[in-house]
Parts: sequence; C-alpha cells; structure tokens
Amino acid sequence: MTEDRLAQSHNPLLSVRDLSVAFGGIVALNGVSFDMQRGHILGLIGPNGAGKTTLFNCLSRLYQPSKGDILMEGASILTRPPYRIAEIGISRTFQNVALFPNLSVIDNVRVGTHSRSNGNIVSDSLKLGQVRRAEAALERKVDEILGYLGLRGVAHAVAAELPFVTQKRVELARALAAEPKILLLDEPAGGLNHDEVHGLGELIRRIRKEREMTVLLVEHHMGLVMSTADHVVALNFGRKIAEGTPSQVQSDPQVIEAYLGNKNR
Amino acid sequence: MMVDASRKAISDAPPSDADAARTMRLGTGTSLVILLLLLVAPLLVKNFIVFQLTTVLIYGIAILALNILTGGSGQFSLGQSAFYALGAYTSAILIEHAGVNYALTLPISGIVCFAAGFLFGLPALRLSGVYLALATFALAVATPQLLKLGALEPWTGGVQGLVVDKPDAPFGLPVSQDAWLYYFTLAIAVAIYIASVNLLSSRSGRAMMAIRDNEIAASAMGINVALYKTLTFGVSAAITGIAGGLGAIAVQFVAPDSFTIQLAIALFLGMVVGGVGWLPGSLVGAAFIVFIPNVAESISKGLSGAVFGVLLLVVIFLVPDGARQVAQACRSVIGRRKG
Ligand SMILES: Nc1ncnc2c1ncn2[C@@H]1O[C@H](COP(=O)(O)OP(=O)(O)OP(=O)(O)O)[C@@H](O)[C@H]1O
Ligand SMILES: [Mg+2]
Repeated sequence: MTEDRLAQSHNPLLSVRDLSVAFGGIVALNGVSFDMQRGHILGLIGPNGAGKTTLFNCLSRLYQPSKGDILMEGASILTRPPYRIAEIGISRTFQNVALFPNLSVIDNVRVGTHSRSNGNIVSDSLKLGQVRRAEAALERKVDEILGYLGLRGVAHAVAAELPFVTQKRVELARALAAEPKILLLDEPAGGLNHDEVHGLGELIRRIRKEREMTVLLVEHHMGLVMSTADHVVALNFGRKIAEGTPSQVQSDPQVIEAYLGNKNR
Repeated sequence: MMVDASRKAISDAPPSDADAARTMRLGTGTSLVILLLLLVAPLLVKNFIVFQLTTVLIYGIAILALNILTGGSGQFSLGQSAFYALGAYTSAILIEHAGVNYALTLPISGIVCFAAGFLFGLPALRLSGVYLALATFALAVATPQLLKLGALEPWTGGVQGLVVDKPDAPFGLPVSQDAWLYYFTLAIAVAIYIASVNLLSSRSGRAMMAIRDNEIAASAMGINVALYKTLTFGVSAAITGIAGGLGAIAVQFVAPDSFTIQLAIALFLGMVVGGVGWLPGSLVGAAFIVFIPNVAESISKGLSGAVFGVLLLVVIFLVPDGARQVAQACRSVIGRRKG
C-alpha cells in the first residue's frame, strides 16, 4: 500500500510547487505545494478567503504566481497563455458561473469543444465538406454530454434565462465538452438542496470513473467533500494547513481551529 | 419582489429557441420570398429608383459587416467609413490606373481591407467599449484628410477624386447599366450574406460570440481572444471594403469628402435600426438610411435634419431592438394564428 502510494507520487498528473500569489499587501497563496494523482478526486477546502479560487485562477493562468511552479505531467504550465490551458487537458467551472449568457445552452457546450476542434474563418464561411463533417461529429458529442447531464430539455434555452442551479450544470457540461484530464470544480454544490448535493457527489464519482477524469473539487459543503474525495488539502489564509485522507483532515486540530475560528469571527 | 416574480416567470416560461445559428438569420422560406422580391423589384420601378436600390444593397453589405463586428464579437466601430473608403479607392485606382476588370477589383479591395482591419485591430485590442469606439472615430475623422495628401495625389486624384467608368452588362445582355449593376450587387450581397451566416454559426462564429459574452470564460475554453478579435476586425473591414468597391463602381466617382464620419455614423445607425446582431436587419437598416432622409426632406425641406432625427427617435422608442423586434412580433402573431 505505502509502496504503491510512493510509486504513484513519483508520477503525479499535476504538481503544485511552493506556489505564492500576492495582491498588493494581501498574500492570497503562500508557498502551497501538493500533488494530484491520476484518477483521484482531490478535495480542496478552507474557510472564505483561504485562497481556493486563487489557486484555480493560477491553474487557468488568469493569475501569475509570484513564486513557485505548476507542473502538468511534468511540464510547467506557467509558460502558457490562458487560452492554451484547455488543450493540455485542464478545464474548469467558475464559482459565480461564467457562462456565455446570450448563447443557448447547446452553443455554450459547443464552445466547450473549441480546444478539441480545428477550423479557420475561410473554410467556416464556405461551409466546406470538412466543416460539415466536423459539425456533425460535434453535434453527436454535444448531444451525448447534454444527455449525460440531463440538459437536453433546455438545450435551446438562453443560458441567462435559466435558474442558477441549471446554469451550474451547463457550466459543468461545457467543461466536460473540452474532454479534460483534470476537471476543476469551484463550489459546484452552490444553491443545491440536500438531495441534490447527494446526487452531485454521485455524478462527480461517475464522471471520474466513466469519463476517466481527475477532479479537483473546491467545496464548502463538508459532507460532499468527505464522501466524494479520495484525498483532501486544507488551506487557511493562503497556507496549506493539512493534507491527507478525508477523515485525517477532518480530525486535524488546525482544520477544526480554522473552521471554528472562522465561525466565531 | 416584482423583479423576482418576473424572473420566476421567465424561468418557468418554455425556453425560447436561442441558438445563435437560428436567431441571427431568417428561415429558408422567408429568405426565398425576400430574394424573389429583390429579384423582381427593378422590373417595377424607374431607373433612378433601381440605382437607389443598388445603394441600399451596398449599404446593406456595409451594415452587415458592422453587425458581424458588433453583434458577433461585441466590438464597436465608428470607423467603418475608413474601410469603406479604402475599398472604394482600391477599386477605383485599379480600374482607372491599372485597367483591372471592375469585378476583379472587389476581391482585391476585400483583401486590402482585411489586412488594414487586422492591423488596426491589433492596437485596438487594448481598448474596449467606449474607448474602442473613440479610436475608430479618430480613424474615420483622419481618413478624408489622408486621402487628400499631396503625396498620394497621382493615384487618388487628391481633392478632385477619381471618376470611374460605369460597366455595361456583359455578354450583350439586354438590360440597362443600372439594372445590371443592381443584379451584380445583389449576387454579391447574397453571397456575402450566406457566407456571414455560415461564419457566425460555425466554430469561429461561436468563438466570436463567446468573446462578446465573456472573455475570461472564452479563453478558459481555449479561445485565443486576441486572435479572434483581430480576425473579426479584419473580416468586417474586408466586407466593408467590398461594399466600398461596389459603391465606387455604382456612383462612378470617389472623392475624399464622400467618406466622412457621417458615413460611419449612418452605418452605425443602420445597424441599430436593423437590430444589432440580426443579419437580415442590415437590409432594413440600409433602406432606412437611404430612404428616410428623402422622406424627411419631402416633409420639410428646411428642417429635414430635424425631421430625420424625430423619425429616428420614434423608431428607437417604439422598437428599441429595431427591425428584429418587428420580425419577432410578426412571427409570434403568425404563430398564434396557426396555433
Ligand atoms: N483579483 C484579486 N485582487 C485582489 N485580491 C484578491 C483577488 N482575488 C482574490 N483576492 C484575495 O485573495 C484572498 C483569497 O481569495 P479567494 O477568492 O482565493 O478565496 P476562496 O478560498 O476562494 O474563498 P471563498 O470560499 O469565499 O470563495 C482573499 O483575501 C481575496 O480577497
Ligand atoms: Mg472561492
């Protein structure tokens, strides 16, 4: 078992190494390191302002770290512009939902396939044979994803007109359409009721298994993280305060302190 | 409370059909009817009106180009007159100085303007919204003066401009020059319209609209925001340039003062009247900017500008979404009758 772990950790899918980010005086991330193993669901927890979304934004190359590195399959991603992250297999959802509000659900998901398709304005304008064939293949793929997430009924609705919870699901569909190796989910349970959270946990595990994705899950809903994640990293004030199995992290005194201390504030 | 209730009403309503590919164009049946009307129109009116209809088609192409830029990628431009002028001069110079066939000058004007638009789009990347509009405004203001430059005079004809020969109908077809020009322009307009619908409903078009809606999410999906923004500028400029080339051939004359900021504003206005992002509206917008000034003049010679302004305000108040809104209303009325 330990040997197995060791062998795995030599070859992580993603490595965050000593990552620091500062905004003026605020240190949002401070020397954070952890590895993500292929096929794992990694829970990332921490009180408000701990730096979870900031870490996501570094992975999407929206924020430039002041120190440290991020390695995807051994290669640094920090040399890439933001639009060249999807192609190496990192796809995300946003905490506050960042859909294309005026586009239909199906068009949102179609945009999700951008990094997995080719084309240019000339052949697209002329609708050449290869464009038609590519669109046909894309339609099958998009329809499969809509069906997978139960979104076929709203496929042609304008994204902005849908309830928040449905929008979150559309965002998940869009992220899946990019066929990522790593799926980054920033508080996917926001706005869900108890039963729906349970269903979401199952869905995330199914996605990992059936679509062979590694998941980085940011969630405040402790029940969801503890029941879904294989491994948990806890942040507080930009620092990693604990890492381990869900039960290890849950019983870690620093984690308990961070959450209790936060509640008292 | 009220807002909440209406939001709920929206989310409970059956989802509207909103695919980009469908919302920006007309159905095949309607399109064919309109095409038929456009085909027979010249047979029913005097030659002078045929010329005006040609002008409507040409402005329609230019407004379509602006619609791709603004409706498609969310970028504003008050500088379309500059690309229109560049296209017009390119065609005029090629026809008059190099003896190139008028039809062949159009793709060249398109390519020249694509390059110009792409290059202008590069610095414009740093600007957005109002600031981009201002930068393009400056371009429009500078253009007539640049065209008057002494150094360019051997080609441009300076303040005098250039006279362009009017083409005859080919193969001895028994139609007047005006009618030929109309059908020639119509063929190009239809081709550009179809290509534009194809473009906007393709992967590239979706990338443009994704950028319009949310740049950060677009780049997270792998879209090279800078590239697509400049490409859209290039495409829009290319189409505007083709319209400009057609304009030079139709009017048989190019001169710096034909391409002032007023032209850019008229095109912008036409886009709004037609409905931003709705490609068929470009034709309605073009008809508005060609015919409504005449209507205004017939109402009051001295105050034609003011009358035009009032008519414009009426349109904006009654149908803020322009012709698109009228079309939607018609469709729902017809749908109810049928249902
Ligand atoms: N763009 C920014 N500019 C300035 N400060 C920022 C920026 N983004 C994040 N921060 C700050 O960095 C810290 C970490 O924020 P972050 O959003 O990463 O927290 P989080 O763990 O995602 O919290 P939450 O659970 O509330 O979403 C906060 O203090 C926040 O105010
Ligand atoms: Mg957050």
